[in-house]
Amino acid sequence: MLLKHLRALSVLATTFVASLAAHADYHVDILPPVTPVSREIYNLHFGILWVCVVIFVIVFGAMFWSVFKHRRSAGAKASQFHENTTVEVIWTIVPFIILIGMAYPATQTVLNMKDTSNADMSIKVTAYQWKWEYDYQQDGVKFLSNLATPRDQIEERDGKVGAPKNENYLLEVDNPLVVPVGKKVRLLITSNDVIHGWYVPQLGINQYGIPGFIKDAWFEIDKAGTYRGQCSQICGKEHGYMPIVVVAKSPEEYAAWVKDAKAKMPPPATVAAATPEAPAGATPPAADPNKKWTLDELKSAGEKLYAANCSACHQPTGKGMPPAFPALDGSKVATGPKAAHLATVLKGRPGTAMAPFAQLADADLAAIITYERNAWGNHTGEAIQPAEIAAARK
Amino acid sequence: MSTASHTHVSGALDDHGHAEAHDHHGPPAGFTRWMYTTNHKDIGTMYLWFAFFMFLLGGTMALGIRAELFKPGLQFFDPEFFNSLTTVHGLVMVFGAIMPAFVGFANWLVPLQIGSADMAFPRMNNWSFWLLIPAALLLIGSFFVPGGAAASGWTLYPPLVIQQGISVDMTILAVHILGASSIMGSINIITTILNMRAPGMTLMKMPLFVWTWLITAYLLIAVMPVLAGAVTMLLTDRHFGTSFFNAAGGGDPTMFLHIFWFFGHPEVYIMILPAFGIISQILPAFARKPLFGYASMVYATASIAILSFIVWGHHMFTVGMPAAGNLFFMYATMLIAVPTGVKVFNWIATMWKGEMTFETPMLFAIGFLCLFTIGGFSGLVLAIVPVDITLHNTYYVVAHFHYVLVSGALFAIIAGIYFWLPKWSGKMYNEGLGKLHFWLSMIGFNLAFFPQHFLGLAGMPRRIPDYALQFAEWNMWSSIGAFIFGFSQLIFLYNVIATIRSGKPAEQKQWEGADSLEWTHLPTPMPYHTFVTPPIVR
Repeated sequence: MLLKHLRALSVLATTFVASLAAHADYHVDILPPVTPVSREIYNLHFGILWVCVVIFVIVFGAMFWSVFKHRRSAGAKASQFHENTTVEVIWTIVPFIILIGMAYPATQTVLNMKDTSNADMSIKVTAYQWKWEYDYQQDGVKFLSNLATPRDQIEERDGKVGAPKNENYLLEVDNPLVVPVGKKVRLLITSNDVIHGWYVPQLGINQYGIPGFIKDAWFEIDKAGTYRGQCSQICGKEHGYMPIVVVAKSPEEYAAWVKDAKAKMPPPATVAAATPEAPAGATPPAADPNKKWTLDELKSAGEKLYAANCSACHQPTGKGMPPAFPALDGSKVATGPKAAHLATVLKGRPGTAMAPFAQLADADLAAIITYERNAWGNHTGEAIQPAEIAAARK
Repeated sequence: MSTASHTHVSGALDDHGHAEAHDHHGPPAGFTRWMYTTNHKDIGTMYLWFAFFMFLLGGTMALGIRAELFKPGLQFFDPEFFNSLTTVHGLVMVFGAIMPAFVGFANWLVPLQIGSADMAFPRMNNWSFWLLIPAALLLIGSFFVPGGAAASGWTLYPPLVIQQGISVDMTILAVHILGASSIMGSINIITTILNMRAPGMTLMKMPLFVWTWLITAYLLIAVMPVLAGAVTMLLTDRHFGTSFFNAAGGGDPTMFLHIFWFFGHPEVYIMILPAFGIISQILPAFARKPLFGYASMVYATASIAILSFIVWGHHMFTVGMPAAGNLFFMYATMLIAVPTGVKVFNWIATMWKGEMTFETPMLFAIGFLCLFTIGGFSGLVLAIVPVDITLHNTYYVVAHFHYVLVSGALFAIIAGIYFWLPKWSGKMYNEGLGKLHFWLSMIGFNLAFFPQHFLGLAGMPRRIPDYALQFAEWNMWSSIGAFIFGFSQLIFLYNVIATIRSGKPAEQKQWEGADSLEWTHLPTPMPYHTFVTPPIVR
């Protein structure tokens, strides 16, 4: 009952603040919850906030009453009382009881959010610097999810005027995580390099992905829609640029999506999800694994793929940002023997920021490596074919 | 000090006629005075100036951060440099500004308030100050090495920190040096307090500032070696092939988090307990009324210190600890609200039916009381595991710890400077400028940090150089507030310098309600050596 009144009051207060803000976006509350757990979180926060507000009014009321009444300029004379066991016992016990009242519902929610048993489906989430990989354990779909906001909307340095920003600037991805509504989805969260945080506020999930360990979390979305979040744990240079988008669809639409997504997946153990003309998952897997690409075809596809996958660290100029992110322009790896270059890209360099990129398709890797070996001041003249990547994987 | 009104002290001011006789071997002139000094007052002064310089430096970094975040898009910095700014801002403020400032206070006040001639180990005191300089040079110098300064956040989590360049090694070395300095300082403070109190100055008669520092010093000795161990393991993981924090070699990155926060949470109280001490002396002085519950304040401080060792897991609710772990840390954390509440209630009861006047130290003390309480509330919200999960690593957390560290620790430091500067320098500061400084700080601070609660609730992560459009409005206000707050500190700098150079002479007991030994027993200005003969406290 009391909670209801308080909620009405808070809606009123929020409306007041919002009307002050006119058209601008002055959000002051937790985003609308869409899972049972996030709804519990919302209510817990709401309840605790109001307990705090009541205590705040009492404490600040006493303090400001004192400030205005017990001042020399108001003619107050100092009394000399101090120490009163009764009062001190009361103000120790009462907060303790209030805390127990807060801890009880919180404990129930903790137990609920930790209960990942009896899930309808599991998705393995692997964090990379700086993208997410989703691997549907039952449905056999697996893909990467990258920031979709174009760089020219972000970059405003050196007097550049940024392009007009999208509505979901920095919170948009190329391939969102699609899940069915009303199903208990268990996430198995891990990382390939450093600690990341898979954080979608409206689902009530914020879970570190820790390299070498798998942690789990679950959600059951009850309303179809698009829910956005981003990496919550600082993970290096592009930490601010690894968003998460979850699209919840009805089970039927989800089934249709799975069928479609599967069709786009590269068949296992064969090559080329993408042709160099249309990189990265944009076309059906029609490309012939044994086709020989020309140097120019590979270079022009490689340039785009390099921009999407490599340029954040190694820079569009190939100059890198030494020492953490070395230059490729003129580097020993990019101008020396092919084998070492392939190994670096496929396996990464443990202990450095260089992650393995084996998750990319052979054709894409062939294009990227060809580009790196023939761009800027590098002129090896070598065209790396997808078959060579496939061979190097073994 | 509640008992002070009943305290009688033998001898009068001319006890120090004896001290005057030593004045001819007072301070030598020039740089060597500061280089070789073993005088607690000189060393305290150096600590405070060092802290102030680092505060301005760390503040400049913060303004860089707020400038970049004024609107969406990247206007000024490369993201990696932005990460360095947040990292070094944190390290500089924690280890370079707040902690040294409190050690400066301890140096100045502990001997004066317990009636001893100096610290127990004056030469070690000199050494613990001068160690700060190379540490600061390493920290700041790391901006200028290839790859830029450490960019992993001040918590230095592996494996990210393993990836970065030589600046991380410089940071690790700096942390080692700062740790050594803190441990020496703590040993000095504990030894001084336990062995050098004037006759009659029993533990339960000590001013609360001395009490809080005694407890803080034990915390420091307990946890600085833990931090040193953690960063040493980072160093060997980086260079000597160990795998403490590398799963591929049998280690666990989470272990670093556990070790770091076992240090990190007591560290938080290291930065706030001396502030409690300062406030517990300023409020009674201006209310002209003894502190309401002296004994319960001492016990509350000790309880907070003990609890601080069993709550570290609340920084790690999103790591994926088992439910039992999360629940234990939640309950333990909530428990801290009890002794903290006792403190707040005590301060209000001290003001109640007093005869208050509102000079600058009192304004900052009341500002502390209001805003620290708000920081306490947001701390309680964050203690609740499910709520923390949705707020962890968001701006809500940033708002929370700035409410306790800026309007908590820093406001107490500023209040303490205004309170004791007349005694230390022998001259009175400009009250009008002090009040202007307070009101601008108050407005700027709240404008900068209150909206960050809203940003966190809406899901804006911390340590990002750019953000989605729905966060734009509050970020703009936050940046405006930060610039107001930052620039108003220059008023403080000016006021302090002007006071020292040309302030009007201060009275021996500048504040009529002040009752600790430095006010009741020492002339203003103080001689270079004080309490050469200890006073007798009854």
